[in-house]
Amino acid sequence: MKRNELVLGDKTLKDITEDIVAPVESFPGKGWVGMFLGAKTLFLFYIISVAVVISTGMGLLGVNTPIAWGTMIITFVFWIGIGHAGTLISAVLFLFRQKWRTSVARTAEAMTVFAVMTAGIFPLIHTGRPWLDFWLFPYPNQRGPLWVNFRSPLLWDVFAVSTYATVSIVFWYIGLVPDFATIRDRAKNKVRKIVYGALSLGWRGTARNWSHYEMLYLLLAGLSTPLVLSVHTIVSFDFAVSQLPGWHTTIFPPYFVAGAIFSGFGMVVTLMTLVRIGFPAFKDYVTLDHMEVMNKIIMTTGLMVGYAYGSEFFVAWYSGNIYERYVFFVSRASGPYAWSYWTMITCNVLIPQIFWFRWARRSIPIMFIVSIFVNIGMWFERFVITVTSLHRDFLPANWGMYAWSFWDTAILLGSFGMFLTLFLLYLRLFPAISIAEIKPVMNVGKEGKGGGHH
Amino acid sequence: MAKYQSGLAAIFTTEEAFLKAARATYDAGFRKFDAISPYPVHGMEEACHIQRSWIPYVSFVMGVTGLLGALALTYWTSAVNWPVNVGGKPFFSLPAFIPIMFELTILFAALSAVASLFVAAGLPKLDPPTIDPDLSSHKFAIFIPQNDAGYSESKVEELFRSLGAIEIKKAQH
Repeated sequence: MKRNELVLGDKTLKDITEDIVAPVESFPGKGWVGMFLGAKTLFLFYIISVAVVISTGMGLLGVNTPIAWGTMIITFVFWIGIGHAGTLISAVLFLFRQKWRTSVARTAEAMTVFAVMTAGIFPLIHTGRPWLDFWLFPYPNQRGPLWVNFRSPLLWDVFAVSTYATVSIVFWYIGLVPDFATIRDRAKNKVRKIVYGALSLGWRGTARNWSHYEMLYLLLAGLSTPLVLSVHTIVSFDFAVSQLPGWHTTIFPPYFVAGAIFSGFGMVVTLMTLVRIGFPAFKDYVTLDHMEVMNKIIMTTGLMVGYAYGSEFFVAWYSGNIYERYVFFVSRASGPYAWSYWTMITCNVLIPQIFWFRWARRSIPIMFIVSIFVNIGMWFERFVITVTSLHRDFLPANWGMYAWSFWDTAILLGSFGMFLTLFLLYLRLFPAISIAEIKPVMNVGKEGKGGGHH
Repeated sequence: MAKYQSGLAAIFTTEEAFLKAARATYDAGFRKFDAISPYPVHGMEEACHIQRSWIPYVSFVMGVTGLLGALALTYWTSAVNWPVNVGGKPFFSLPAFIPIMFELTILFAALSAVASLFVAAGLPKLDPPTIDPDLSSHKFAIFIPQNDAGYSESKVEELFRSLGAIEIKKAQH
């Protein structure tokens, strides 16, 4: 089968190094500075908002009885989900030997790391007394010792998310080491040489080192694959292990994992379209073929999510449980929060259907807009799951509405400031495509031109 | 410090010449030589007769340690040290402990694998000597240290020249 070229143009090894290192070695342009100032301002606003919420109390947000889980949990699940696409691309597609993953893996992994960092803050604030968050870990203490409750899904989450964050950062960093060595060796500037020399850990690419390195990379990919599936599974347990209609379903783990990959690829497409505009030289590495494949994954996972929405309704009807039926057929589909449910359906199930058409999958403006809708839709999915299941519980006397406040908006928007600030810094400080990984696949699809033995 | 060896290095510009040179160097009887490349070269492990990495064994043992450690931690804290009745569930609720055991297995296996790379590759190295700065970008090198069996400058130089090296130089590695 004829493969499409993964790297466009007849590039030498030296061209590849120079193309990828260019953003790190050059002074940022107006576009980047403008975006960075915007993101940074939003980030500062976020820090202030978080400080106000912590110092005043969780009551500033719209949480109340019966809706005790609000923006913090919704946005936590949203950001954690986004992280999943990065691990899928870097680890799962690596195991499946999908060579196209190479040019997007680094940036997708960076997205994972920053998304998990952004997400991790929410449950810590949600505890209400974040200065006591070290109580979440089982350590010998003078309160008995009173240990954490290992039977609680919330504690499983502590272990899952902290393991995921650690392993993702390590995986990403190990991938970066040879590329840091490249920057170190090219550096004319003394400070750059010292900084990247330290980051590269003194890496020298000897054959023995590469042999160990490739084995480590394979191991980390193999370990990250079940890890990433476990993380959103455990996040879904936070809901599914409870007794609440709308949460208490066995479909949640696969449904959450599919949704996470769906939303994550949405974010990857959003970011990669922007990277392609910002760094035109990267268009030879992140080609339209790459974008098209990712759009296919968006559509596939979108269909999986749509199937999960459908089967929730089917099971609610088929089970004969009146409370279950009430939550889905009355409360979600036509209750006071029906607008959020139908926003979710439109963004997640209907809009991605445009990717059945090849021209849509290969159009940068269309994929950008669709990916934004996917992001919005997936935030609403978590809103629907959390809020609509809680707002009308078993006793009508307890029914209520989520009291969305200014601070909910501030926290939600501000978290994007944190994520984008980190991401923009990453684009300028780290090589955004793996130099050492793209070189072995540079000749894929070029067999006719006398190159490559793969 | 005698951490780094002196010897002769040959620089190559193509992957094919480099791979051929590594094979020829091994066949010429050298065993301590290093083949330096900007990316992992397909077939180099066979050419240099490098044994399979031992990192997976460490990772497996540490993964099992993480698994058993998590089992011990959850069992001892929940059922021995201070058993607390939570919703009438058994003190030793094994199914509920599986997520913890799984996560610690992965954590131990992954971190020990990374630590193993540090040991195997001697990382971190402070300011290692560079043979050529382009070796992390677009050139390849074979380095033969002085203490390798049968090393003599003239013999090595001749070998390198016959292999089509574009540059031969004295270096430390």
